Order: sequence, then C-alpha cells, then structure tokens
Amino acid sequence: MKKQTDILVIDDEPVVLDAVVKLCSAEGFQVDAAVHALEGLKKIAQSSYRLIVCDIMMPDMDGFQFLERLAEKHIATPVIITTGYSTVENAVKSLYLGAIDFLAKPFTVEELLSTVRRGMKYQELSQSFNAAARERNDLYPVYVPCPPSYYRLGYTGWVNVESDGSVKTGLSDLFIKTLGGIRRIEFFEREEEIVQGNVCARVETEDQLIHNVLAPISGKILNFNETLSQNCALVEKDPYFRGWLYTVLPSDLEYELKHLTPCSSDRL
Amino acid sequence: MFQKISFKLIFAVGLAAILIISIFAYLNIRSQQQVLLAEVERHANQLSETVKSSTRYDMLLNNRPHILKIVQQIGDDPALKDIRIMNKEGSITYSADTSQIGHVLDKKAQACYVCHAENQPLEKLPISNRTRVFRVHPDSARVFGIINPIYNEPSCWTADCHAHSRTQTVLGVLDVVISLKNIDAQIASAKFKMLLLALIAILALSGIIWFFVKNWVDKPVNALVAATRQVASGNLNYSIENVGSDELGALARSFNNMTQKLSEARLQLVQSDKMASLGRLAAGVAHEINNPLTGILTYSSFLLKRAKDNPELKEDLEVIVRETKRSREIVKGLLDFARQSVPKKTKVDIREVLERALHVIENQLSLKQVKIVKQFENDLPRITADANQVQQVFINLIENGADAMADRGGTITLSAAAIRLAPFGILQVKKAACPKGHDLIDPGFKIDGLPSIRLKAASNGEEGFIHLHPVYGKPAHHYGVAIHKKSKLTLSCPRCNISLLEEGKTCPSCGSAVYALEVPSQGKLTGCTNKDCAWQYWETAEREGKKEYVEIKVADSGCGIPRENLEKIFEPFFSTKGQKGTGLGLAVVWGIIDNHGGRISVESEPGKGTTFTLRLPAEKG
Repeated sequence: MKKQTDILVIDDEPVVLDAVVKLCSAEGFQVDAAVHALEGLKKIAQSSYRLIVCDIMMPDMDGFQFLERLAEKHIATPVIITTGYSTVENAVKSLYLGAIDFLAKPFTVEELLSTVRRGMKYQELSQSFNAAARERNDLYPVYVPCPPSYYRLGYTGWVNVESDGSVKTGLSDLFIKTLGGIRRIEFFEREEEIVQGNVCARVETEDQLIHNVLAPISGKILNFNETLSQNCALVEKDPYFRGWLYTVLPSDLEYELKHLTPCSSDRL
Repeated sequence: MFQKISFKLIFAVGLAAILIISIFAYLNIRSQQQVLLAEVERHANQLSETVKSSTRYDMLLNNRPHILKIVQQIGDDPALKDIRIMNKEGSITYSADTSQIGHVLDKKAQACYVCHAENQPLEKLPISNRTRVFRVHPDSARVFGIINPIYNEPSCWTADCHAHSRTQTVLGVLDVVISLKNIDAQIASAKFKMLLLALIAILALSGIIWFFVKNWVDKPVNALVAATRQVASGNLNYSIENVGSDELGALARSFNNMTQKLSEARLQLVQSDKMASLGRLAAGVAHEINNPLTGILTYSSFLLKRAKDNPELKEDLEVIVRETKRSREIVKGLLDFARQSVPKKTKVDIREVLERALHVIENQLSLKQVKIVKQFENDLPRITADANQVQQVFINLIENGADAMADRGGTITLSAAAIRLAPFGILQVKKAACPKGHDLIDPGFKIDGLPSIRLKAASNGEEGFIHLHPVYGKPAHHYGVAIHKKSKLTLSCPRCNISLLEEGKTCPSCGSAVYALEVPSQGKLTGCTNKDCAWQYWETAEREGKKEYVEIKVADSGCGIPRENLEKIFEPFFSTKGQKGTGLGLAVVWGIIDNHGGRISVESEPGKGTTFTLRLPAEKG
C-alpha cells in the first residue's frame, strides 16, 4: 500500500510553494511539495495523493503537459491548476484537459482553502461514486449529471443555449455537492460583462468559506435568478432547471463552445 | 549658389540676352554709321561742287586773290577741316590754311593716292573712290576727305589768261576735308547707349527671373525639402500648405497624399506592433509579478485570519490585503487588454476557410473576369488556426492575384493538399542560445526574411560574424569572415565569448569542426562550420520525425513579379500598386502565417504569373 498524503503542490516559484504548503498544513492537511512537474510525477509514482495543486508555467514540462501525462497514466487524482498568467485560454484549457478547478494567482488564503476544500470533497465524492458503482454494479446517483443538450466547463458550471439566442448558465450538481451547505449566493449586476473562465459569482457556504464561481461563457448579464437570493436551497434541489444563475447574451458563443465539454459525452 | 536653379536660369537667359543685344547693337551701329557717313559724303560732295562752281568764274578770269578769298571764307566753317585746290603737278595753289600754299604733295599722299595708284592717273572717278576716311595724326579725330577733279573745258583754254592748254583733261583737284568728330561722338554715344541697354536688360531679366523663380520654384521646392526632412525625421503628420496648381503643386499634393497614406499605414503597423509587444510585456509582467503577489496575498490574508482578536493589527493587514488585491486587478486588466490581439485558434477545415474567402470577394473577381480553379484534396487534415485571420490571408493573396491581371482577366488556381515533410530544410529555429543562455537570434539580420542566428567567429587573425540560416538544414549561411581551412577557427557567443565549438567532434560529411547551440527546451542543434557543407543535426526535431502540413497554393496568371522585387514583397510598405495599396497586405499575410507556425514562399515568372505557397502545420492525429 502506497503512502497516503493529502495534497501535492507543484510550483517552480519557492515563495508560492512555501505559502501553499504552510497554509494547507495550518488547515491540518498533510502536504508534499515538488519544484517541477517531473519531480511531481515521480512523487505521484511513489505515494498516493488525494489532491494535486499545480502551476502552468514551469520549465521542461508545463501544467498542460502534466495533465496530459496524468490522463495517459490513468491517474484520477483531481488537479487544481494555478497560474500567474491567468488568461481565459489558460483557465478554459486546463479545465478542458481535466483539471477540476482553476485558481488565478495571486490568491488569498480563503480562495486557496475554499478551492482545496472543494477539491477534497470532489475526491471523496468520486471515490464513493466509484465504490458505489463497484458494490452495486449500477450507477448509484451520488450526483446528477447535467442534461445531454448542455455544455459544461470542467465540472463546475453549465451552459444551455436558449431558443432566443441567449444562454442560461448554472452550477453543476457535482460542484454544489463539493460546496456543502450553501448559505448565500452573491450575484453580479445586470448589464455587467462576464468572461469565460473568470469569476462570475460568489457562494458563501455553511463553513463560512467564500467560493468563486467561474463563468462558463462570456457575455453580458441579462438577468439573474432572483428566487435564489431568497431561497438558495433551490439550487441544490434543482440545479439544472429552476436553479439557474444567469441568462447571458453571449459575445462569442461559437468559439467558446468549442472549449466546453458537451454533457452528452458523459453518458456512455 | 552656382548650383541654384535661379542662378542657372539667370545665367542662361543673360547669355542669350547678351548675344541677341550684341548682334542687334552691331547691326544697328553699323547701319547708323553708314547712314551718317553717306550723309557726310553727300554734304561734302555738295560743298565741293559749290566751291567749284563759285570759283569757276574767277578761275576763268584767273582772279587768284578772289579765289583764295572764297576758299578761305568757306574754310572758316569749323566743321571743315581743310579745303584746298591743287594743280596738275600736285602743288597746292589755294588753301584755307595759307601756310600750305605752294606745298607740293607727294603722289602717295592720301588725297592723291586713289588716282595715282597706277602709273597712268585716272581721269574719271566714281564718288565712292573720291572719298576717304583717315586720321591726320593717330591721336586726332577721324576726318572725311573728298576730292573733286577740275576738268578742262573749252572756256578754260579759250580764256584770256591761256593758263591751260587744250590737251589737258584734268586741270587740278579740289580737296575738301571734313572733320568726323561729331559723327564719331554720335556713334560712340550710340554704342554706349547700347551697352547700357544691354546691361539694364540683363539686370531686369535677372531680377524678373529671380523673383519668379523664388516664388514659383524656390518656395515650393523649399517647402517640399522641409516636408521630406520632417517625414525623414518621423513626423508623418506633416503636410505642405498653400500648394499651387502648377506641376510643383501637383507634386506637393501627391506628397501630402503619400505622407497621409504612410501615416495611416504606420498607425496600423504600430498599433499591431504595440499590441503584440504589450501582449508579451503583459505575459511577462503577469507571470513575474503574480508570483510575488501570491506570496504577499496568501501570507497577509493568513495573518489577517489569525489576527481577528487584535483590531489594530487587523486594520493594517486589511490594508495590505486590499492593496494587493488592487494590484491583482491592475495586472488582470493588463492581461485582458493584451488578450485582444491573441489569435483565437480553433480547429478549422482549410477548405471551408478558402470557400468563405472566395465568397467574400466573389463579386470583385467576376467584375475583373477572373476565373477561379479549385483543386482541393478530399481528406485534408484540420489545422489549428484563427479562421478569420487565415481567411484574411487568402483574401489578400487572391486580391493580389486579381490585381496582377489588370483588366485582361485570367485564372487563379487554388490548390490544397496534405504533405508530409521531414524537419530537415523546413523547420525554423526560432530560439537559439549559448550554453550560458544568451540569445543568439539576431532580428536585425534576416536571411530569406527570417531572423538569423549570429555567432562570433575568428580565423587567421580575422574576426567577424557568421549568420546562420534559421531554417534547420538550409545551407544558405552568411559568412562575414573568411574561414581558412588550415588555421584554427574559434566560434563563440557574441555576448559572453563562450566557445560554441563541440570539442572532439567533426562533421560526418566533410570532417570540419562542428558547432553546437542550445535550442531552449528543444535540445541541441549541431552543424558543420564549413561554409560549403550543409550538415546539421537537431535531435529533438529528428526524433519527432516527419510532420504533416497542409500546403495551399494560390497561383495566378498575372503579370508576375520581377526577380529583384521577389525578396522585398513581404516587407512592410513595399507596394507596386502605387497610390492604391498600402504595402502592408503581404506583410500582414507573413505575420499571420508566421504566428500560426507556418511558412509562406513565392515563385514568379514575369509575364506568366505568380504562385504563393503556404504551409500550415496540420493538427496531430
């Protein structure tokens, strides 16, 4: 049996590496560190981790290549990608390549810990999902996957193109499950521009953490779901229909949809 | 000064004026002189006839004192220089100047010479032979003399005095000499007036020419010179004001038009260049600053979390967290701005892009009677590209082809095919460094339009630079120093002088020394130092093997491009379309293809047509 550690942090910048190790250790996690992706891969081969936090821009092998390598090796450990060059392309590409979350540098301790907590929860959920599948030989719904006509950004949010050319966005059930109890949702204003891969809303949970929600699509906010302001439990009950977040007038739909995963591909 | 147009014009016109005026003056003065002399001659002749006839009676009477008196009285006229009568022997018998009476003239004397030139004296003389112009003394004024022979008549030999015998023909000669002083003075004054006129004419012409040249040539030319200086120093917004409607005005207008076009084009170029460099800067700044900011933000927010019970500390820490978050937003704004110029690449089907480009310019092509022939392969691999940018490339190339046909019409053949190429001779080395990490790429020295790799070389005491062709396997290197086979060659980094020669290794094809360069994160590139040897080896590239490309050819049947222009067509501002083009079309094409990791090349035969060949890397798998 391999040695079990909570988190592996991979970053070529010592300051960032130290900070992440220190903060996560202070939260009670066991943390391991690697200064580049190849060392990270070596460590993964030696011991098992519940979560990996990895930078994009590194010498020899960057974060994207690292994700590809993990996929090749069928290592299912969830990866959170961080980068100083936090362009939309980088965020969207890392989620497309299988990262569960994207954390733009510089981040606060709250942002880091909320993302890490979600990652941990995600790992637990996917493990119990796999365990359930093994035991019962059928797909026990640990979480509800998104409807097949929808597109999703990583596992976080979804987009559905409406008949009038606008799009509806919302949170995926898996993402909501990783949050824990939602206490409040902080929306952006109408008419505001949101950008794919950037923050579009904040969710406060029972454990007093603030979670950033990444926008799955760019465009102008036409409306937000006001019923959620009063009754945020609705999003947990019906995340794909009545629990939508925004209606958005997309600015570059065709281009951006190419970077989203069609939900139809989830049902094999 | 002597090179000035005004001076040259004044010189030429002055010369012409002098020539014309002097010919005019010469003819004028000559005719005036002739008229005056004729007048004098007539006057003298008349006078001498008068004298002759007034003395005739006294001669018949042989009244000598009376004759002398008449001669002297007439001789008192100051205009008359002399008046005398000589007898047949040449002895002066009467004269206004009494001292001369009795003098015997030599037959060679001025007055006698005309008749006595021959041995036998002439008896009848035409008037022109009876006159003479001479000077009594070299310093004295000219005088005009006229002789009038006194012929024998019956009354002479029948007179009582019997002074003359019947056989004589000429009894004597009356000589009247008139001073030409006045006439000479008149002629001199006429000459002087002519000279004055010539001088005034030349001065006036010069003045007029100078004035108009200054206003019509100098001023606009100076304005043009000033404008070119302004443009040369980079001020493209300068325009010439108050242009006239003459040829120089047309030149100035065309100049204004050119600077305006250039300024627009430069704006575009500068804009895209600015965007690109801002993009690079933002990426660098974001990466470099965001890491330290992460340190500050994580630790300060962590401290803030722990300082909940210490309000004083909490307040200060909140400032740090807030301001760090502000810095984060600034960097993010920079990145968002820079992102606008980044191509939005997706997987595209090149045939679709070509069809769309054709659709856009369909009307234009049919107007110009251009026929499009499509030769697309069926199973083309997709490429990763910004469809809009690549479409722009095709539109530019097809439009250029159509423009090259003028109004005659013609054919443009578009072909697309999948090809597989080994990296050798194809792959561009975009980054190269010495072992210490100094960049060796020299954007200031381009070979085939690509930035070359610069190495410092020394051989046989000579030192210089070698510029390597940046395409792997292309032997067209540029040697700025002669390499002597026998002497030792050193090859080093121009920045730190670290040797770039690979010790103990020789070229497998010719045995010369071998250099080795680092290609950052893509291994090592080795090559032969011999100018005539093409051996190069790049392990990383070779390991990846043959790569798949989509090759698109745009061939037109237009006028072609002259050889000397072929190398320049991708340079910004190079245009053969005159005022119609900006000279940026192909530069933009080059930039886009380069941005997509592709290559563009051109072949052309003047009169037959031009073919542009584009190679874009195909999507793997």
